[in-house]
Amino acid sequence: MKYVDEYRDAAVAERLSAAIRAVTRRTWTLMEVCGGQTHAIVRFGIDELLPPEIRLIHGPGCPVCVTPLEVLDRALDLASRPDVTLCSFGDMLRVPGSCGTLSGARARGADVRVVYSPLEAVTLAESSPDREIVLLAVGFETTAPANAMAVLEARRRGLRNFSVLVSHVRVPPALGALLDAAECGIDAFLAAGHVCTIMGTAEYEPIAKRHRVPIVVTGFEPIDILEGILMCVRQLESGRAAVENQYSRSVRHAGNREARRVLAEVFEVVPQKWRGIGTIPESGLALTAAFADFDAERRFGLAETRTEEPSECISGLVLRGLKKPTECPAFGTRCDPEHPLGATMVSSEGACAAYYRYRRRG
Amino acid sequence: MTDVPPVCPLPGSPTHIELGHGGGGRMTRRLIEDVFWPVLGEPPGAARHDGAVVTAGAGRPVLTTDAFVVRPLFFPGGDIGRLAVFGTVNDLAMCGAVPHHLTASFILEEGFELEELRRVLRSMRQAADEVGVAIVAGDTKVVERGHGDRLFIAMSGLGWVADGVEIGPARVAPGDVLIVSGDIGRHGIAILAVRENLALSGDIRSDCGELVSSVNALLRAGVDVHCLRDLTRGGLATALWEIARDGAIDLSLDEQRIPVSPGVRGAAELFGFEPASLPCEGRLVAFVPERDAARTLEILASAAPDAVPVAAGAARGRVVERPGRVLLRTAFGTERELEPPFGELLPRIC
Repeated sequence: MKYVDEYRDAAVAERLSAAIRAVTRRTWTLMEVCGGQTHAIVRFGIDELLPPEIRLIHGPGCPVCVTPLEVLDRALDLASRPDVTLCSFGDMLRVPGSCGTLSGARARGADVRVVYSPLEAVTLAESSPDREIVLLAVGFETTAPANAMAVLEARRRGLRNFSVLVSHVRVPPALGALLDAAECGIDAFLAAGHVCTIMGTAEYEPIAKRHRVPIVVTGFEPIDILEGILMCVRQLESGRAAVENQYSRSVRHAGNREARRVLAEVFEVVPQKWRGIGTIPESGLALTAAFADFDAERRFGLAETRTEEPSECISGLVLRGLKKPTECPAFGTRCDPEHPLGATMVSSEGACAAYYRYRRRG
Repeated sequence: MTDVPPVCPLPGSPTHIELGHGGGGRMTRRLIEDVFWPVLGEPPGAARHDGAVVTAGAGRPVLTTDAFVVRPLFFPGGDIGRLAVFGTVNDLAMCGAVPHHLTASFILEEGFELEELRRVLRSMRQAADEVGVAIVAGDTKVVERGHGDRLFIAMSGLGWVADGVEIGPARVAPGDVLIVSGDIGRHGIAILAVRENLALSGDIRSDCGELVSSVNALLRAGVDVHCLRDLTRGGLATALWEIARDGAIDLSLDEQRIPVSPGVRGAAELFGFEPASLPCEGRLVAFVPERDAARTLEILASAAPDAVPVAAGAARGRVVERPGRVLLRTAFGTERELEPPFGELLPRIC
């Protein structure tokens, strides 16, 4: 299949793996930011193709995993109201909130719909004028433009029954926060190719400079990831710390201007809580005052809620790259995809789910 | 293949299922006489009774039962009628049985169009004729509007398996070759595409089809078939996972050899689905001893010319201390475990 097969070629992988072995002199810790990359690494066994000096740790780039518990609880609250239809991406349905999941709420009668595109929710609002349609708008800079478009489209169509429950997150401040933490030990980043396709690469330059870390914008196929690792190691071994672009078939320096324009029109940068990590300044997006009418929290007067994570879950440490999923005592025993303690075990991009799915050797 | 002519509704007769059709009185009888019998066949007067007395076949009887719910009822490559008949006879075929008789129960939702019901029945009749089985008994129930999804079908099937034919997970032996009868995942993507109105390139049609002729051909040729499983919900991953567990044997599978069409692969990549977990409705996996593998591939290819069978793996060793596993070898020579999907297939966010 074009654009896939050439990035899964075993011979090319072997050449890249040999090149990495050849340039590696010292021990390096690399973090892949995106959950999609984590899954590819574990699924294809890419870490097994690396020399022992290279350690990969998994980053916080799973949109489902970092969505705060409070947001899920608000979504559950909204979904349980008889006049509300809650639209969500499929991934969110099985993530545990404080009391249950959206999938469970749906089974008990809540109107929860899986949408493939945010615009479906807008169309639904138009065709169901007697219902309140709420779109659960979560994710990184990758999904934010489509959600922003949905808001613009709802305004254009004059819809009064459409709103969004927003919990968007931005990658660069999170990288800064990870590096600021004393315990981090991260030598270089494989940045998320899809995020940079939208946002470009300029935001990463101050981070690379300030923290002296190489940042290589990397794709999601095995060959992309191996090449990204090679580019990181070359920089590290030669003492450089620059932003480089491995994923040039998709990422331009300036990103996608139209998507960025839409983002800037609908959203503003705000502090944001990340599940398992805490609040990071400037790491979230919220609707600007001009779009306040579409804010579900405001429309439904949702109160601040207090939430508590299961004390046994170490997903915060996993999301910060401080622990591997298999280092959790509950992994595969008291926590599995059927009975998850945390979101990292549920999401298709969560590190714990990746290890459970691909790495459980009985 | 019999072409059953369409039957015109009588003037003034109802065009939709009404609650009265489920009342058990005259309306119910009219529904059966006017809609079901003209298509499925009218039993001779003496045989109109609470059950069908059937003749025994050779060997031992095999019974199976299955329920069918699909939205939409008609989809690219098939419909609920073909799905029901083929799904039931395929289950019999997986036991090595020749299917003889089927029964069908229809749960009809108030308001369901009778013309749609006729279309489904014609399709069932044609599918039954294709595999040479008779639908000998049936039942109808009507549920109020909003309490069903237009039409549900529950089927039972009776077939006969020859003495000496033993097919099942317990017979999978170390060294057996694992053969997949054709490309996988088409049913899942075809349904997803039409249900969600997705514009996918490549016109993906369901693989909905019968596996009886393939199995008959293997048995007639004297292939020592150790185990068969039709791939349905949960796809290849679930079928192999169940066989590994129930047969207490480790299986290995070569990821690159799993047959997946470019259209299905593209859609699976897009939505983050594992192709091996996607539903199929006309594919099987067979375990045969190595000496029979080449012949099995040939026979499967000629029995179902639209599908290309592939030897995609093998059974490893028997295990006693834990359930067997399915180990997938990637293009890079690394190995991972193939797990069945957890529950509903949910598309990822980005």
